[in-house]
Amino acid sequence: MDIFLQQLLNALSLGGTYALLALGLAVVFSIIGLINFAHGELMTAAGYVMAFALAAALPFPLAIALAVAAPVLLATAMERVAFRPVRGASGTTLLLTSFAVSAILRVLFQNFISARPVPVPMPSALSGVINLGPLHLGIIQSISIATTALMLIGLTLFLNRTVAGRAMRAASEDFAIVRLMGLRANGVVATAFAISGLLAGVAGLLWVAQRGSVDPLMGFLPVLKAFIAAIIGGLGSLTGAVAGGFLLGFIEVTLQAWLPEAWLPYRDAVAIMLVIAVLLFRPQGLLARKTVLKL
Amino acid sequence: MTNPAPLLDVSGLTVSYGAVEAVRGIDLKVTKGEIVTLLGANGAGKSSTLNALVGLAPRRARQLSFAGEDIAHLTPELIVRRGMTLVPEGRRIFPTLTVAEHLLLGGAKHAARGPLAETQAEMLALFPILKERLHQKAGSLSGGEQQMLAVARALMSSPDLLLLDEPSLGLAPQVVDRIFALISDLRARGLTILLVEQNVALALDIADRGYVLVNGRIEIAGSARDLMASAAIRDAYLGA
Ligand SMILES: Nc1ncnc2c1ncn2[C@@H]1O[C@H](COP(=O)(O)OP(=O)(O)OP(=O)(O)O)[C@@H](O)[C@H]1O
Ligand SMILES: [Mg+2]
Repeated sequence: MDIFLQQLLNALSLGGTYALLALGLAVVFSIIGLINFAHGELMTAAGYVMAFALAAALPFPLAIALAVAAPVLLATAMERVAFRPVRGASGTTLLLTSFAVSAILRVLFQNFISARPVPVPMPSALSGVINLGPLHLGIIQSISIATTALMLIGLTLFLNRTVAGRAMRAASEDFAIVRLMGLRANGVVATAFAISGLLAGVAGLLWVAQRGSVDPLMGFLPVLKAFIAAIIGGLGSLTGAVAGGFLLGFIEVTLQAWLPEAWLPYRDAVAIMLVIAVLLFRPQGLLARKTVLKL
Repeated sequence: MTNPAPLLDVSGLTVSYGAVEAVRGIDLKVTKGEIVTLLGANGAGKSSTLNALVGLAPRRARQLSFAGEDIAHLTPELIVRRGMTLVPEGRRIFPTLTVAEHLLLGGAKHAARGPLAETQAEMLALFPILKERLHQKAGSLSGGEQQMLAVARALMSSPDLLLLDEPSLGLAPQVVDRIFALISDLRARGLTILLVEQNVALALDIADRGYVLVNGRIEIAGSARDLMASAAIRDAYLGA
């Protein structure tokens, strides 16, 4: 029972980070049909800004604010410079554009920062463990779960209570018609990118807090996982992305705990096979809904 | 007799999708207070014309002016803000948004709460059924209710000119009658309407003037009465 609870917390924390990343991918995909592979670089950017802000001895809250603001700006800049000119182009064009943006950013990180990991000296208070009876709950892990919950609640409120949020939901169903409401298409798309940047930034911070360092390739693996999570959930469905993220987190943590030692190196392969199994039965993903992307 | 400047004045409007030329240089005028109908067979270019007028379809034109101003280079969002909007073919409501949310978004151009609430109250008075369904998801409405919602959503922007694309599509006869009664009612309230319809008899019955589009060109234009009497319009249909 205790070990089960312990694993549940691990899964919530890992799955939550995947959920935030998958949600960022899904927000953009649901509106312009783009799978943004440069999402990982947004995460990495948050990590670097955090590293430099802490190295410059800025106050911790300010460092966090800067580290979250950076990917928001970067995501909106990406949209303006790279994705707006190809908006409405085929899925392949969009995908290749995002690969290019991702590759360029990675090379910039390598050449102008370092190809090697840069330490992110998080305050030592964060590395403690809270003992709740038999449960050992890492402080970072608790923060991670709480942050994920806050982000999900915040995003839900934004999407359901504000005009901009409702416009985004409408745009994910029928982008052209939202323009007939007199709402600026560019504004809606920019908001989607800003939100995806925010989600990537928060996920990036949670990620570096666990790892203690950041390197140019840091974002690749988690975003690949998030992409898988978004597919499990049904690309374009926001609830699906969150569900997929948590599901993948649970699968990974469960495999990590119960797979025989010799099998551990194949954990990701086993996880991906489970995903393929899910897709064999639900090719549209678990919570798919029709996305209308017509102009 | 003075000839007032038309509210919508279009000449040489062309709509091409790549190699496909759907509309080939048409002239069109709509004067304030009129109901004008645009008729034509499937694929004649009616929707392309309406979509192009609001900027949703790729367009070229010698002249494209609304309320005396050139709108050829304006985006759909700006055209709607100037007072011309479209109820698109097939209604295109947002299935997972509630009725109230549709009205809110439709009225997004009203920056202040006052006018927004006022327009919404007006719409709910005009469409009592929407008041009953206010917090229901639009996807759960019947076809007729969805069409009412699509019209109400468009009217929320307080337009001067309303473009309606086949509002009777797929609706039961009684519902069609309700929609057409509504169109007359809207005109009585001072709205100008450009109506695309497959139901020629009904459309000519409420319209003042009409155009018949054949393969992207206007073949016949005239008063509704003349068009109704003309056998050519039936030919234009069957000959498409
Ligand atoms: N987005 C598009 N891309 C390419 N071709 C299009 C597009 N929209 C319309 N067409 C073509 O343009 C022509 C005119 O279509 P349009 O929808 O304007 O006709 P319509 O008169 O509204 O017909 P209907 O009565 O069936 O609604 C058709 O040949 C159609 O196939
Ligand atoms: Mg049509």
